[in-house]
Amino acid sequence: MIARLTRSFLKVPWSAQLGFVIIALNVIAFVFAPVLAPYPETQIIGRGWEPGFWAMDCSDEAVSQRGPCWSEFNTGRVEGKAWLGTDHLGRDLLTRLLYGARNTISIALLITGLSFFIGMTFGFLAATMRGWVDQLISRIVDIMMAYPTLIFALIILSVAGTSTLVLVLVIAILDSTRVFRLSRAVAMDIVVTEYVESARLRGEGLLWLMRREILPNTLPPLIAEFGLRFCFVFLFLSALSFLGLGLQPPMADWGSMVKENSGVITFGVYNALIPAFAIAFITIGVNLVVDWFLRKAAGLRDEY
Amino acid sequence: MNSLGSLIVRRLAFAILTLFIISVLISVGVELLPGDLARSLLGQMATPETLAALRKELGLDQPYHIRYLAWLGDVFRWDLGRSLANNILVSELIGVRLENTLFLAAVAAVIAVPVSVILGLVAALYRESFFDKFVSMTTLTTISFPEFLVAYILMVIFSVQFPFFPSMANVTHDMAFWDRLHAVALPVMTLVLVVVAHMMRLTRAAIINVLSRPYIEMAELKGMSSAWIIVWHALPNSLAPIINVIVINIAYLVVGVVVVEVVFVYPGLGQLLVDSVSNRDLPVVQASGLIFAATFIFLNLTADILSILANPRLRHPK
Repeated sequence: MIARLTRSFLKVPWSAQLGFVIIALNVIAFVFAPVLAPYPETQIIGRGWEPGFWAMDCSDEAVSQRGPCWSEFNTGRVEGKAWLGTDHLGRDLLTRLLYGARNTISIALLITGLSFFIGMTFGFLAATMRGWVDQLISRIVDIMMAYPTLIFALIILSVAGTSTLVLVLVIAILDSTRVFRLSRAVAMDIVVTEYVESARLRGEGLLWLMRREILPNTLPPLIAEFGLRFCFVFLFLSALSFLGLGLQPPMADWGSMVKENSGVITFGVYNALIPAFAIAFITIGVNLVVDWFLRKAAGLRDEY
Repeated sequence: MNSLGSLIVRRLAFAILTLFIISVLISVGVELLPGDLARSLLGQMATPETLAALRKELGLDQPYHIRYLAWLGDVFRWDLGRSLANNILVSELIGVRLENTLFLAAVAAVIAVPVSVILGLVAALYRESFFDKFVSMTTLTTISFPEFLVAYILMVIFSVQFPFFPSMANVTHDMAFWDRLHAVALPVMTLVLVVVAHMMRLTRAAIINVLSRPYIEMAELKGMSSAWIIVWHALPNSLAPIINVIVINIAYLVVGVVVVEVVFVYPGLGQLLVDSVSNRDLPVVQASGLIFAATFIFLNLTADILSILANPRLRHPK
């Protein structure tokens, strides 16, 4: 099993391998955050904005006094230093980053899942029923898409407040318009095939048609789209958090971490860039895998 | 020609309809949400008198359609009400800021459009070359980067390490044009980087798409040089998608400034919108939201009409 997985992993181009490794790292951070984190989530371990490993003193003198220069950075001991420095309140940045992975990734996944549920249901519905149902949903989506997403979200958040539930619903609904477009377009091709026709003539219900005939045949493009939408949602959520309107403290979250620590960038303290790079890292990883998947799916279609 | 006219009229009607629905949503959609707006603005401690006063000020004591018409009439007279936060006239608050945002977006567009079209052309001409791969790798990275990361990286390089440009893009009314340009250098660079990546990718894709057509093969067989083929045959035929991409990206610029303005503390409309959303200053949110919406819809409409004009095939929809 493991051998087979390794072999198929080695066959993948290097860019996709890189993507898989990045995703795996994030999954590990997600699952094992409490184990990996050197300190508890909200513990204050030092002064604000202490530098991390880049400020290690590796001169001969320091090494002879204290041993190898990395021993300055130990894990688990409060008197030690923090590998990635501390945040504005003096909490360990690495710990916050690991817990932040949990919050940000799980909420982004939840939003993407919800958005796909809404978008696919309506998309398949529009494709199967055609007629006025299709017209009505499509026009509503046209109007929603004619409006900039970020501004839309900001206006709704200003009225409804910035609770996590509102945030999830708003982004999911706004994002489901794109899923709707794609799933409707893909399903349109499937609806006219003979096997859907024969299922219809057999007297199968609408739900059965959508779930058993259309869904399995539209999966590959939708899976790739899931990756892209996840990236988009992740960036969108981070942007909102960065603006102070996304996930609210004390929840650790990458976008808010950038915001909290960004004030001192002009003074040469770059701790805020670490969570920002973490955001870029995961979106690049997912993008690389999606890229490979799309190319593979296209290639398969050529062969047949 | 008649069909062209009716096509444009139809797009125009759709844009106006969209704007109408958005304006209804912005002005009274507030009502559709659960809870009492006045109470949620003032908090649980509000006395009945202040609640009633705020309701009257927001016009919440009148029916929907009257409130909407009154609001719309006010908007047309450029009377946008007063800010709840500091009681300044919203139109005054917004005027200068809108100008600043448009300035930022315009400078970014003037740089980004030619750069991305030329880079896209070159990448399409030498596709699969080192240059092409380098460019597509860079664009993939820039697309994956959150805007604020691009902004902070530029700030670290060009403002902290090598102090060429100010990290706070503060512009005032009495600044000379070049001083202004110098002040907005970093936000402009950020916007350009983000937008060029997207525009270039699509320009390249549009041209490569055209290059696979039979008439291009014919031109090659005739012995035309590849640069000439691209300029003479491929570019005119991919003009429609390119124009579309450009205008949509300019629309994006006007809206995408929000994050960039916050990073560089630029006194623009986006910053104002974000501040008023945090303060729940509804009149300002409504006004700036409507302006953003109108700009975005207008630019999208322009993209539609221009691409219909540039591509005769679109004039006869099947």
